Amino acid sequence: MNIEQLDFYTQAILSLAALVGLTSFLMLGQGRLLRLIFVFAVQGFLLALTTAAAAYSLSNYHLYISAALTLVLKVILIPWMLRRQVLKMNMHRDVEALSNNTAVMLGGASLMLFSYYILHPIVQTSSLVMLNALAVSLSVMLLGMLLMISHRQAVAHVVGFMSIENGLFFAAIVATHGMPMVVELGVAFDVLVAAVLFGIFFLHIRTSIDSLDVDLLNRLSEVDK
Amino acid sequence: MNWLLAMSQTVLFVALAPLLAGWIKCCKCRLQNRKAPSLFQPYRDLLKLTRKQPVVSDQASWIFTISPYIIFSAMVLAASIVPLIAVDLPTSASADVIVLIGFFSFARFFLALAGLDIGTAFGGMGSSREMTISTLAEPAMLMGIFALTMSASTTNLSLAIDFVLDEGLVLRPSFIFALLSLMLVAIAETGRIPVDNPATHLELTMIHEAMILEYSGRHLALIEWASQLKLMLYGVLIANIFFPWGIAERITPGDLGYGLLFIIGKLAFLSILLALSETLFAKMRLFRVQEYLSFAYLLGLLGMLSHIILEGAR
Repeated sequence: MNIEQLDFYTQAILSLAALVGLTSFLMLGQGRLLRLIFVFAVQGFLLALTTAAAAYSLSNYHLYISAALTLVLKVILIPWMLRRQVLKMNMHRDVEALSNNTAVMLGGASLMLFSYYILHPIVQTSSLVMLNALAVSLSVMLLGMLLMISHRQAVAHVVGFMSIENGLFFAAIVATHGMPMVVELGVAFDVLVAAVLFGIFFLHIRTSIDSLDVDLLNRLSEVDK
Repeated sequence: MNWLLAMSQTVLFVALAPLLAGWIKCCKCRLQNRKAPSLFQPYRDLLKLTRKQPVVSDQASWIFTISPYIIFSAMVLAASIVPLIAVDLPTSASADVIVLIGFFSFARFFLALAGLDIGTAFGGMGSSREMTISTLAEPAMLMGIFALTMSASTTNLSLAIDFVLDEGLVLRPSFIFALLSLMLVAIAETGRIPVDNPATHLELTMIHEAMILEYSGRHLALIEWASQLKLMLYGVLIANIFFPWGIAERITPGDLGYGLLFIIGKLAFLSILLALSETLFAKMRLFRVQEYLSFAYLLGLLGMLSHIILEGAR
């Protein structure tokens, strides 16, 4: 079935999926923390829109609840908490110099190809059209990991971790007709708790090494500076 | 009859290009709280320049004098293969979008040669910058175009437009990316604000203006007109490929009239967007242009990938 034969909602879901992939790439190339957090919020918003569209086109009403949860947690609450911490620690003026940005971007594009290649046999077995977006959700996860590898700030790592969770959530929407409500609620609160815990970790890292640059943790002794 | 129509469409294209430049200037002035010049000011400028005697340095070789004519005719030929108000014209059937990009790079090659030819420091600097930017912009543009042609399975412009018209309103992820990447490339290639400032002659920042600094008289008029044509070409490409509704499919006076009205409306809207972005954004540092263009390339690449991944047939 080609895309022109699908109904408008499925087309919209596929387009939104592509945009979610784009926001992952934008996060990968972002050196400023506040902008990184903003792009993360945009990704959450696109995810909430996708969920709502899926809820409408599958007429699966409990997906509306998870869309609302995504909206509250990943668009408003977690970005707000991260933003407040960045402002409090006075890191919003730092620009992280990303080494070999172009190589990381091209690596991200090849990760997308890789996830398509991996998932191609699985996607062929089903006739559910939205399953096409499964490759995008896997690549959102992998790009989140790449974000954690390529950035040095602890806040960027947290954003990468949250975007991995975004990828998982997205995969759950497109592959199933929505997980059971209990699971979704559990995951949502786990994410919230994780965000709070990360805040405490920030505080501890900062008091012990006086920076949030994780590369400094590689040095074990204070002698070889 | 069709050939006659194609010719007159090209003439219309060439004649409307300064008007578009005037309209963009007008929008920008309004947005920046300045008093706008008349819409027809570019025509007056061109007329004034053609009346003046061109001054050519005695160091200049024949390349310097011949370049304006080559650049202008390459742009006119490029304008002849882009459907403006009607599809299925013989000129647009004879060449595809790769040829169009070829015309652009042909014109750019001679412009860069002319900048180098006179031997001034600015000319050489401008040429080297222009070539640097175009080497980055061209792959990005080709990627965007490929994302488009993979859906339409043709590189011919009028066939691609026919395909989009036949299909009706389909939300294709690859088209979104191709549109964004083509817009970014168009801004870079026509030397508009985040990349180059068309209104400045400040030595350190200029790219396009540095190459044509030594031109005067009718030579300058031809080059200015060619760059206005290039701007309009990109505008028409974006407007007609992605939003082709209203273009004349049959050759009747009524359809052609509608086609003209629609394309004028679409171009006016696009130029308002351009003026807005030029007002909102500041010019980038030269060494950040490669980041900007690699983002455009990435968008094109994502367009292709999302065509394969998301729009694949089962």
